[in-house]
Amino acid sequence: MGVIYILWLRELKRYTRSRAQMIASLGQPVLYLLALGFGMGPVYAQAGHGSYIQFLAPGVIGMTVLFSSIFSGMGLLWDRQFGFLKETLVAPVPRILIMVGRTLGGATVAMLQGLLVAVVSLIAGFRPANLSMVPVGFAFMLMIAIVFAALGTTIGSALKDMQGFQMTMNFLVLPIFFLSGALFPLNNLNPVLRWITSADPLAYGIDGMRSALLAAAQSQVRFGPVIDGAVLVCVALLFLSLGAYSFSKIEI
Amino acid sequence: MIRVENLSKTFGEFKAVDNISFEVGKGEIFAFLGPNGAGKTTTIKMLTTLLHPTSGKIFLDGLDPSVDKLRARKSFGIVFQDPSLDGDMTGLENLELHAVLYHVPRRQAKERIESLLKLFELWDRRDIQVKKYSGGMKRRLEIARGFLHTPKILFLDEPTLGLDPQSRNLLWAQVKQLNESEQVTVFLTTHYMDEADRVAHRIAVIDHGKGVALGTSAEIKERTGTTTLEEAFLSLTGSEIRDESADPASQMRQFAQMWRR
Repeated sequence: MGVIYILWLRELKRYTRSRAQMIASLGQPVLYLLALGFGMGPVYAQAGHGSYIQFLAPGVIGMTVLFSSIFSGMGLLWDRQFGFLKETLVAPVPRILIMVGRTLGGATVAMLQGLLVAVVSLIAGFRPANLSMVPVGFAFMLMIAIVFAALGTTIGSALKDMQGFQMTMNFLVLPIFFLSGALFPLNNLNPVLRWITSADPLAYGIDGMRSALLAAAQSQVRFGPVIDGAVLVCVALLFLSLGAYSFSKIEI
Repeated sequence: MIRVENLSKTFGEFKAVDNISFEVGKGEIFAFLGPNGAGKTTTIKMLTTLLHPTSGKIFLDGLDPSVDKLRARKSFGIVFQDPSLDGDMTGLENLELHAVLYHVPRRQAKERIESLLKLFELWDRRDIQVKKYSGGMKRRLEIARGFLHTPKILFLDEPTLGLDPQSRNLLWAQVKQLNESEQVTVFLTTHYMDEADRVAHRIAVIDHGKGVALGTSAEIKERTGTTTLEEAFLSLTGSEIRDESADPASQMRQFAQMWRR
């Protein structure tokens, strides 16, 4: 237990110590929120769907959690580069504890980053429809964070150096984001896109957040909170086991 | 304390370590010497559970590391050839994390960390992030960390690489002091022959994965008919240069390795 805690704490300390990075990583979500939110707002309103900021905010929060959790999982690559990984891998503790500690730490950091963006979206005009449902929204954020921190750990264990990083970014992280429905409603899509978006775990996370935070008329719910939650829990278990497996195979 | 019997490791066709055997007693300082690519680091990796031997037996304090992995790991400390500290954390935090990973009880850890940081002259800098340490300070912190869980064996893989003579002398004096006061067995590799000559009780020389000499510094010099350990080393291993190559083929191999799993 102490091992999981100390590695979780390490991730948190690293996050709070790099203030510059913390602020820099807020830049992109804020830009999406403000530029897209206010830029596309009038078109969206004309189409008769109401406020675009309302619709967009859960998507951008989900995006923040996605990026932050995947990258903290891939922090493994940095630790490999700077050698710290070796220190944990020769320690007399089962690797699964190390993997769980790191992954939970990464998920917590992603959660904090998501909360910061949530505050920014409140300032930008986002209002949850029903305050009593806000904890459910947080629960979906947390599930997104765990799913993708585990995915990040899986990828971070499999890659040996930084060259794979760009590849992961372009062929995995960005498609997950763009096909999640963070920016557009998933209803009324053509069948191919419909099928692809159904295979994106983030789509369920954001769908869940919208169904918790928005009024029924605005939320454009695609799957519904029960399916969302069930899918996310299954995917989280799958990715956690994959992560644990690939972490146990690391050689140095 | 360390017993190695007919240890071999092959990578495909290449025999990195070829049937070596030796024993290191309790409280002994044992230097393991050899040119680049001789198999030193591969041997250390096998001794420290990071690699599986192809054949042969290893016993650390009577434990077989391939069977009793976690207990064997607790019995040794290691300072790697490359740094393995977390630069974002302070010196103190690096040690605290190590204490938790090695299950050192909290109160005992606190006292031990204080005395080690004082011995290695880092106590005043304990709350500074490690990335702001100098090379010598980082090395000393790593060695302090290796001693933290009172291991029976300490592995040092080229610990003085890139340090100035002042830091090297200080470092060896501190290692010797702990070796005497705590009876820790020290297993070290280095390219500085004068260090091995001065510090080690016994020396093994390997080349092309095979053991070529084993004994005290005086015995090895006598056997080769030389006056310094450096001359003895050259007469045993020849003066041909063997850097591990970095040709395009091996770079390609590295790139392919990235995607193998």
